Amino acid sequence: MRVLEVKQLGVQFSTQDGTVYAVNGLSFALDRGQTLGIVGESGSGKSQSVLAMMGLLARNGRASGEVLFHGDNLLGMPPAQLNQIRGNRMAMIFQDPMTSLNPYLTVERQMTEVLQFHKGQDRATARLRSVQMLDAVKIPEAARRIGMYPHEFSGGMRQRVMIAMALLCEPEVLVADEPTTALDVTVQAQILTLLRELQRDFGTAIVMITHDLGVVAGLCDQVMVLYGGRVMEQGPARHIFHTPSHPYTQGLLRAVPRMDRDDACLLAIPGTPPNMARPPQGCPFHERCAHASARCASTLPALLPVGGGAQALRACHRDPAAAPPAPHQEMAHV
Amino acid sequence: MSEARQALLSVRDLQVHFAIQGDKAWPWTPKHTLKAVNGISFDLYPGETLGIVGESGCGKSTLARALLHLNPATSGSLRWKGQEMSSASDAAWMAVRKDIQMVFQDPLASLNPRMTVAQIIGEPLRTHHPELSAADVMRKVRAIMQRVGLSAHQINRYPHEFSGGQCQRIGIARALILEPRLIVCDEPVSALDVSIQAQIVNLLQELQQELGLALIFIAHDLAVVRHISHRVMVMYLGRAMELAHKTALYTDPRHPYTQALLSAIPIPDPDLERNKVVQLLQGELPSPLNPPSGCVFRTRCPKAQAVCAQQVPVLRASGGGSLSACGLA
Repeated sequence: MRVLEVKQLGVQFSTQDGTVYAVNGLSFALDRGQTLGIVGESGSGKSQSVLAMMGLLARNGRASGEVLFHGDNLLGMPPAQLNQIRGNRMAMIFQDPMTSLNPYLTVERQMTEVLQFHKGQDRATARLRSVQMLDAVKIPEAARRIGMYPHEFSGGMRQRVMIAMALLCEPEVLVADEPTTALDVTVQAQILTLLRELQRDFGTAIVMITHDLGVVAGLCDQVMVLYGGRVMEQGPARHIFHTPSHPYTQGLLRAVPRMDRDDACLLAIPGTPPNMARPPQGCPFHERCAHASARCASTLPALLPVGGGAQALRACHRDPAAAPPAPHQEMAHV
Repeated sequence: MSEARQALLSVRDLQVHFAIQGDKAWPWTPKHTLKAVNGISFDLYPGETLGIVGESGCGKSTLARALLHLNPATSGSLRWKGQEMSSASDAAWMAVRKDIQMVFQDPLASLNPRMTVAQIIGEPLRTHHPELSAADVMRKVRAIMQRVGLSAHQINRYPHEFSGGQCQRIGIARALILEPRLIVCDEPVSALDVSIQAQIVNLLQELQQELGLALIFIAHDLAVVRHISHRVMVMYLGRAMELAHKTALYTDPRHPYTQALLSAIPIPDPDLERNKVVQLLQGELPSPLNPPSGCVFRTRCPKAQAVCAQQVPVLRASGGGSLSACGLA
């Protein structure tokens, strides 16, 4: 069952230096129980694209395209109607739990508010349900800790409170913006296991934003690689990790040191990401690409199917057949 | 490591304690002691990289700062090229710091925003070699900037005009200009994007081979540590859990904490990642103010037994050249 469909989503910011095109032409569809991973470096537009879906852009931001939630376009929907959906049927976990929880209110107040608003429950019922949810995300002594303020929790616990809050109304779509970036690996493993269990139990569709390719590999069915506000490559996780055909995806996978093997040398991608206020002409990656030609600098490559039976799209002028073998195959001894 | 070679840095039973005032305590109530670093010992040889890993709050940054006397060690011995430094005067430390430099975690926050790149990189020279002329300092600054991959025309810019990766290059240039023997890197790449992170890691490795530098590389990203280190030390609540050659540590971890830590790290490969067994640690990190008795890891250890609560395990050989602080392994 298709729960979310995004068509040609774009985000523009009007700034003093002119219009910044932060996200361009992003499209995907998400079924029940599926997970989409959005990968990219800072400034690639991954956070802005989901903020646009949730109608949370900054004042100078404008979203274009369509975000269809069960066929209804969320963009341009009146706030009263949008508020019936977000927080209720579509929820978000923010990156930084310290700054996204209200420091003046106890966790109880913040959690019960959600249920009182969306489900019309009274405070006592809402409290009971909130305690259950804190239990579900494995916060010890939930009944006592629900009365505490956010600063009294550790980072991992705060992130769990955020997750519990997002799940209170059992949303159909969960948008997680770097939910584990600020956490230690052992806590990250706990949170990821939790998300997997919740997805299994509730059939939630997840949009997962991260820069950690390992997290994507473990959780996501579909992967979308963003660079400079544009989709470089998108497709099934196995395709992206095993037979990446875009030079940026290949470079990204080779630049990550691996836990499971000794690499002689990391292959860094030279240069720095483009300034989005003055995006380069043509392919946004051409300045750092080893295979760039004159055509890459002048014409923007279209996002087209890679062919060869793979359900994947990529935006590159280069012939996919000319791509060197994926790093996975070179190191098949693992 | 052969014992014949003289260790560059030799640390024995290093302790760093902080006095902490309790939450609702009166001013005259006795303060609690937080043992941030609790009995760490290791040797570092010239040209070697020692990786130090552990989760937040395990004391790895405090240890790094104690090695440079940025916060004083409470007790224990710290020998630099055979010279005892734990009770040394500030003047003696000043001389030693020419040889030990540090690269900090936050690339932008560790650079003075009111100084130009030339002033930032040249400052150690002006402090330690006041006899150098301004022209000599500039010449050295230009040379080192080129070495770390910054172009000379950026010399009069301010830190905010650079990206995170470039700021970290400035930090590395500042650490290198005195031609030190050891650089302590405290999470030098954790604030950077992957493609930039690889650039900085490669730069550090090249510099090490070229100049014979020793590195202490602190990070919470175990994959980066595996890539750059020769030996790795795993810390938990101020204590060393395991110290081993990197291949031994990553392929055959002895300590239960190391095993759990390694299994928790996601591998960027869908097939391997989905089929591996993650050892989830139960519960939360105990408060460092009130650590468990005996082995500090026993409250979360899947193999804990009654004996673990009584004896504090010390690092000892557990086969294959690994040192492990587990009474059972």
